[in-house]
Amino acid sequence: MIKALFHYRYFILSSIKNDFKARFARSKLGSIWLIIHPLAMVLVYALVLSELIQVKFPGVAIDNAYPIYLIAGILAWFMFSETLLRSLNLFIDNANLLKKLAFPKAVLPIILLGNVLLQSLLLLGAILVVFAFLGHFPGIQILWLPLLFLVTLLLGFSIGLILGILNVFMRDIGQIVPIILNFLFWLTPIVYTLTIIPETYRHWFTYNPMTHLVGAFQDVLLYNRAVDMSVLGILLALALSLLIVGAFLFKQAKAEMLDQL
Amino acid sequence: MSVLSLRQVSKSYRKYPNELARIAAWLGWRSRKIQTLNVLKPISFDVLAGESVAIVGQNGAGKSTLLKMIVGTLNPSSGSIHVHGKVAAILELGMGFNPDFTGRQNAMHGLALMGYNAEQIEAVLPELEAFAEIGDYFDQPLRVYSSGMQMRVAFAVATAFRPDLLIVDEALSVGDAYFQHKSFERIKQFQQMGTSLLLVSHDKTAIQTVCNRALLLANGQIIREGRPDEIMDYYNALIAEKENSQLSQKTMTNGQTQTYSGTGEVQILSVQLLSDMQQPLEVVRVNQSLQLRVKVKVKHAIPQLVLGYALKDRLGQVVFGTNTWHTQQVIQHLQPDEEIEYTISFTANLGEGSYAVVVALTDSETHLTANYAWLERAWVFEVVNTDKPVFEGLLWQESHIQIQRDIP
Repeated sequence: MIKALFHYRYFILSSIKNDFKARFARSKLGSIWLIIHPLAMVLVYALVLSELIQVKFPGVAIDNAYPIYLIAGILAWFMFSETLLRSLNLFIDNANLLKKLAFPKAVLPIILLGNVLLQSLLLLGAILVVFAFLGHFPGIQILWLPLLFLVTLLLGFSIGLILGILNVFMRDIGQIVPIILNFLFWLTPIVYTLTIIPETYRHWFTYNPMTHLVGAFQDVLLYNRAVDMSVLGILLALALSLLIVGAFLFKQAKAEMLDQL
Repeated sequence: MSVLSLRQVSKSYRKYPNELARIAAWLGWRSRKIQTLNVLKPISFDVLAGESVAIVGQNGAGKSTLLKMIVGTLNPSSGSIHVHGKVAAILELGMGFNPDFTGRQNAMHGLALMGYNAEQIEAVLPELEAFAEIGDYFDQPLRVYSSGMQMRVAFAVATAFRPDLLIVDEALSVGDAYFQHKSFERIKQFQQMGTSLLLVSHDKTAIQTVCNRALLLANGQIIREGRPDEIMDYYNALIAEKENSQLSQKTMTNGQTQTYSGTGEVQILSVQLLSDMQQPLEVVRVNQSLQLRVKVKVKHAIPQLVLGYALKDRLGQVVFGTNTWHTQQVIQHLQPDEEIEYTISFTANLGEGSYAVVVALTDSETHLTANYAWLERAWVFEVVNTDKPVFEGLLWQESHIQIQRDIP
């Protein structure tokens, strides 16, 4: 499989490039739109919520802590949800190619992950610029980011792969997942902090893997704290086991999936 | 050496009572309510290097399923498919093209999708651009192209590299007449360079000029295999076949096959090609006067009867054909046991070669409403040139060449 992927390296690169260009083919600002969307989201939450919810950051001596906190969480969420939603429709969107052409199927997820990664890196670049304006410069702990990116992409993709396979046969899944993701967004401490949740409910949030993942991004980008290795290890193990389940499902379902598309 | 070999390849689809049963089946628990639908019964055949094979059959016979399995987009349910060498498929032109990119970008991307790397693509691109012949449009976005221009680029991409096996699914009619001719030439050129061809088409001419073997697929099985013209005869008879109709092929003394089909209300008793002296002829001189005599017998009362006949050349292409509907000689109110003798006089304005007579009895100008009897290769004869100057072609015509020479 690795050999086949290497053979198709030119196609993978060309696809990532084309996918990127195609989305903004006739717009003046081009790929800047990619950054504008998440940043506009940050702006809305920062303006509206910082007044409504009095978010306190006890013990943090950083100006503008709330927007930075918000941006860190949204970067994590954007990567996760973008990967998941794209994987969810991976097979349906590429139905024509899958049906009509013979090529190693593994190039499709690689292209997808490559695209999300490229987008996230652009967003990260923009975020660092915004941070500089806010007078915040992340410290050495930012070196954790590559590992965090990897875990986020893996987690989003493995969940998306399983749902994407089922989505071929039950299209309702494609409709309900965005709704569930919307709920999950608000159940994850992204726009608020865990400290404003009453003590009695707080332990429920620890069952949400996204709480930990988003928390790790906030640790690195805002608090300049090292990531808790045990938490990251569990997240990675979760992502990998879901990936194995997805790969097994794909192997079983591949033939029928092609018949169904 | 065979480029492609199929051994007991079959395809079946499973029908699940619900989606949960499907997922349970992936995990190893098979419900008894799962139905299996056989689309292709086990099929075996080989395509040798340099050979061109046509697959014919009605819609739903399983042609496309078979091709998809050979290309590799569908997995066979059982059996094995071995391909030796590089395969290119023209199943649908312009896959993966993006309207916002230029022809050049799309061509590069399309070639990349076929697994070629940057250097290979770079090397073949000038030739591809020249073949497509769309001029400056090549560097404009695809959305400003006409559909014919898109097809040109798509075909040029699909055939940019010579494969060992080229699979073509009814895509031979690409663009305008000029480009159709050009794409056909390219396929023939590949053939001469040793590419094997697997062609699915309803186009009789294309099959008979390009292919040297044909497979007839019906109900998911290869029901007949042989020379393209014989298979096409049988296939046409099959289309015309109605209820209570019989269809048979018998081998004649010269090793060729005669196909008889029809519902049988009227029977063909005999077909003979005669000279003016009423002698049966198997060898005919160019420009000789001939009579085609067809004797038929009515079995059941029918309202009207039309006799059609045609002369076909060696490749099975119709050289001339007409019927008594067009000549306004339809016979009405036919009674059982009535016998009719048709005598058709004509001159053999034909070039040298082998020809076959086809005779059909129908009720109107086509065989689609009623096909009483249809006889392919009713009479086979050879045209020889004994007394005319040497000429080429299917047609004989008296020609006078005048030469005016001015020597200063």
